[in-house]
Amino acid sequence: MHEIIWHGRGGQGVVVAAHMLGEAAYLEGFKGVTATPTFGPERRGAPVAASTRISREPIRTFSQIDEADITVVLDETLLGVVDVLGRQKKGGLVIINSTHPPEALPVGGEYDLAVVDAAAIALKNHLVREGAPVVNTPMLGAFAKASGLVSLENIERALKAKLSREQVDRNFTAVLGAYEKTILRRRT
Amino acid sequence: MPEVQIMTGNAAAAQAAVLCDVQVVAAYPITPQSQLAEILSQYIEGGKLKAEYVRVEGEHSALTVCISASTVGARVFTATSANGLLYMHEQLHWAAGSRLPIVMCCVNRGVGAPWTIFNDQQDSVSQRDTGWIQIYCRNNQEILDTIIQAYRIAEAVYCPVMVAYDGFVLSHTMMPVEIPDAASVREFLPPYRPHTVVSPEDPRTLNAVLFPWRRANAQGVVCDGYMEMRHKLQAALERALDVIRETNDLYAARFGRDCGGLVWEYRMEDAEVVLTAMGSLASEATVAADLLREEGIRAGVAGIRVFRPFPADDVRRVFRKAAAVCCFEKAISYGYEGALCTEIKGALYGTGVSFPIHNYICGLGGRDVKASELAQAVRESLTDMAAGRVRTRAMWLNCVTE
Repeated sequence: MHEIIWHGRGGQGVVVAAHMLGEAAYLEGFKGVTATPTFGPERRGAPVAASTRISREPIRTFSQIDEADITVVLDETLLGVVDVLGRQKKGGLVIINSTHPPEALPVGGEYDLAVVDAAAIALKNHLVREGAPVVNTPMLGAFAKASGLVSLENIERALKAKLSREQVDRNFTAVLGAYEKTILRRRT
Repeated sequence: MPEVQIMTGNAAAAQAAVLCDVQVVAAYPITPQSQLAEILSQYIEGGKLKAEYVRVEGEHSALTVCISASTVGARVFTATSANGLLYMHEQLHWAAGSRLPIVMCCVNRGVGAPWTIFNDQQDSVSQRDTGWIQIYCRNNQEILDTIIQAYRIAEAVYCPVMVAYDGFVLSHTMMPVEIPDAASVREFLPPYRPHTVVSPEDPRTLNAVLFPWRRANAQGVVCDGYMEMRHKLQAALERALDVIRETNDLYAARFGRDCGGLVWEYRMEDAEVVLTAMGSLASEATVAADLLREEGIRAGVAGIRVFRPFPADDVRRVFRKAAAVCCFEKAISYGYEGALCTEIKGALYGTGVSFPIHNYICGLGGRDVKASELAQAVRESLTDMAAGRVRTRAMWLNCVTE
């Protein structure tokens, strides 16, 4: 079982990202997928989290994830606000939307670290909502590249099931862009 | 053709209402049920569900509308949670006493005070004695499957059915749900044909005051007194045990998914210690049983799917070979212990068993319950039992009790 925690701010679409990953993973042949928001009220701009579980077998556990195998951070300013690494297994993978190179981020060598400037890719593809770049779909591209758990083809199919054709084109172009631009630093 | 979608428990419940061709929906939004009320109102507004959505000012009225619509022959649906369910309490009794086949989802949430929006099962468990059938769901697939079965059960025995599923844990968690095709569901669940329809052409007085004794009506026919009417409700609920089991079997044969009838079993073949619970907590317990078996502890799970009518015979059969039982509950009968634990002990009375039954209260007000914590509780119980230490009170799992 692969356990993934998504960190973002209310409005950035962590729940949708967690859901889309679940869809893509199911299409990939994983029989068990769950996607869960942080239970309770949510506020725009406040730190929020969501999670995805992916398993070869149907999932029977619905408790909260203690320590993720993979952490995805949609907003790098959260690194100073939320103890992101406190809920991440050592030796696992951390994926961050950042303008900085991996060596400039406060993630130690005990983790695999993937970095992509998802905001720039979103803006390039005119993915803007309420004045802010839409970073959740590009981060799916970064996830595919860094984890190898889901294919680009199945991310596209997952997007198609939920979005209009025009939205799919723009979002999937951003997914591809992020896939190409993701820099992966292996743990030491 | 059936299709699989990744959806929340609330979305699965809404899909089921559509497949059941419900005709009237009256619901008042309350977290964590709100999404279900919203989706249904959208379906009705958009024409996907040809039903009337009656807006009401509270839950008492929501169920009153359902009672009225059911009385005139409609298939009705509602849903609520926590204090909304408690606000319905009077009408819960009324619906059951009127023998109306209403189906309602209880999206389980802790009750105030203190205020909580998070999950436990105190809301539905505290409505145990209202005459409603109560069925608890393990996952979102079971929510959809159980609602379809619930109408068939309700309309066979003329008793209302509460389909309970854990708030947020299932209601807001997305997972794969296979949606059966509408034609197959219609064959399994034909349109509701009420035995009596109240209409302007055939006006009747319903539920007038009954006297303590039986009494002749205007035509000279001796009619039931209150007690006979109430006995008929009890008899119907006793009959419902077989109907629920048969409905589950028919559904499994037709759609290929077995929800487990009254009490489902997991790795029980040679189980010495039995974990028991209801709803998603019972699903979590199956993972705990796996963890315990990895250490050589022969653990199994008996999941109580139906809490009312209580499946005492099935409990006796399933638990007969146990050496120890740990009963985990997200509710408590304050001043005593978990209501499920009491029921299990009662069902086993007179069967000659003498194994210890430990009761754990857990997950109240949304406190997370992990399989590892359930497994640890079982280990501690086994240690106590081996040492001959008797526990007379329920333990509070993962709770500061000093």
